[in-house]
Amino acid sequence: MSEVEQIGWNREQMAERAAQDIPNGAYVNLGIGIPEKVVRYVPAGREVIYHTENGLLGMGDAPEAGQEDPELINAGKKLVTAIAGAAYFHHADSFSMIRGGHIDICVLGAMQVGENGDLANWSTGNPDAIPAVGGAMDLVAGVKTIRVITQHVTNKGYPKLVSACTFPLTGAGVVSRIYTDLAVIDVTPEGFKVVELAPGVDFEYVQERTGCDLIAA
Amino acid sequence: MINKQISSVEEAVANIHDGATVMIGGFGEAGSPIELIHALIDQGAKNLTVVNNNTGSGHVGLAALIENRRVAKMICSFPKSANSLVFPDLYTKGEIELELVPQGTLAERIRAGGAGVPAFYTATSVGTPLAEGKEVRNIKGRDYVLEYGLTADFALIKCLKADRYGNLIYNKTARNFAPVMAMAADVTIVQTKEFVQAGDLDPEIVATPGIFVDQIITVADPLLESVLVNAGEVYP
Repeated sequence: MSEVEQIGWNREQMAERAAQDIPNGAYVNLGIGIPEKVVRYVPAGREVIYHTENGLLGMGDAPEAGQEDPELINAGKKLVTAIAGAAYFHHADSFSMIRGGHIDICVLGAMQVGENGDLANWSTGNPDAIPAVGGAMDLVAGVKTIRVITQHVTNKGYPKLVSACTFPLTGAGVVSRIYTDLAVIDVTPEGFKVVELAPGVDFEYVQERTGCDLIAA
Repeated sequence: MINKQISSVEEAVANIHDGATVMIGGFGEAGSPIELIHALIDQGAKNLTVVNNNTGSGHVGLAALIENRRVAKMICSFPKSANSLVFPDLYTKGEIELELVPQGTLAERIRAGGAGVPAFYTATSVGTPLAEGKEVRNIKGRDYVLEYGLTADFALIKCLKADRYGNLIYNKTARNFAPVMAMAADVTIVQTKEFVQAGDLDPEIVATPGIFVDQIITVADPLLESVLVNAGEVYP
C-alpha cells in the first residue's frame, strides 16, 4: 500500500496563497469555508480590516473561553470578537458598504466558475432543494474585486472551471482571480490564464482537469 | 407624558391579527426577540407573512412559530441553516410559501419601505434566476433589477437599552435588521434587556430614534435560542 500523495496545495496553502494578494489597508469580506482561513496568513506588516455582513467592521478572531457573546457572530453564525477600533452597524448600512462599492476584496467559495468570470455558488438548481442565497449575490455585484478559492475539481472529479456554468448563477462576469489546489488562474477577456502553478504541478495536469482551454502564463 | 412602556409581552402582541405581515429582527439567534415570538405563538394569530433573514432553529422561537402553522409565507435570504429543520420540512411538502431575497436586497427593501421609497434599482441578482420576471433597466451602461420596498404591519425586535421615548441601542451584531424593521413597520414592538431613564442614552449613540418605536417591554433576562435548542426544548 502506498501512501496517498498530496498533489498541489492543501486548503491551508490555498488560503495562504490568496492572503499574499491582499494589500495593506484593504477592507475585506471572506466567505464561509476555505476563505475564512485567509485571515491567518495575511503577511506580517499588513493591516487588513475584515467586514462581516451581519454588521461588523473590524472582525477579530474567535473568542477565548469565557469571552463568548452569542450576539457577537459572523455571517456564518460563528462566535467572533471585535478588534479595538471596530464598528457595529445595521444590515442596510452593512450592505451599503458592499453594494456601494466600498469593500475592496471579497474571497468566496465556488461550485463553478465560467471562463467569462461567471460564478455559481448558491444552488445546484435541483428543484427539490431548499433555495438559500444569503448575501452572495450582493457581494459579487458590489465588491470591487471578487476572488475565488476552490478545489480545482469536485469530489467526483468534475471540473469546476468550465466554459459556461451549468448551475444557476450568483453573478455574471464577476470573478477576477481563482486560487485552486493546482494553480492561480486569472479571468481574462481571452479566457482562463494560468499565472502560477502549485509546486510539482505542470500545465498539462491542470488543463486535463479544466473544462475549457487554459492560456499558459 | 409620553411613555411607550407596556406591562407584559401578552399586551405587546395582543393586536397582531390573522394575515398580518410581521418583521422579526435577528440574524440567527443574535437579536432574536424570542419572548415576543413565544407570546405571539400563545396569542394564536395565523396566516402570517414573516420577514426574517432565516427561518429559526430547533423547535423554539421563529421555528416554533412556523411549526405551529402560524406562518403562511416566509420572506428571507437563507432559509436553511444549522438546526433549521421545521421550515425545510414544510417547504418540501408544499405547505409554506417562500419568497427568497438576496440578503442585501432584503435589507434595502426594508430600509426603502421605511423611508417611503416604493422601489429602487440594484445590480444584485442581475443575470441570475432571482431576477427572472423582474424589470431590468440599463443605467449608465450597467443593468439593474427593479426591487420594491417592503413594509409590515408589525415589527418585533430586541435591543439592549430603551428609554420611554423609544430611543434604542443594541448589543453588538444583534442590531442587524432591527433598525430598518423599526422604520418599516406600522407598529414596532421592542423587547429590551434594560429600561433606562430619558437622558441616560447619549443622543450621539442612539441607534434607533424613538419615532420608529411604539411599544417597549422589558425582558431583563432573555432566553437564548442556542441554549434552548441544545437542551432539546420545544415551544410551547
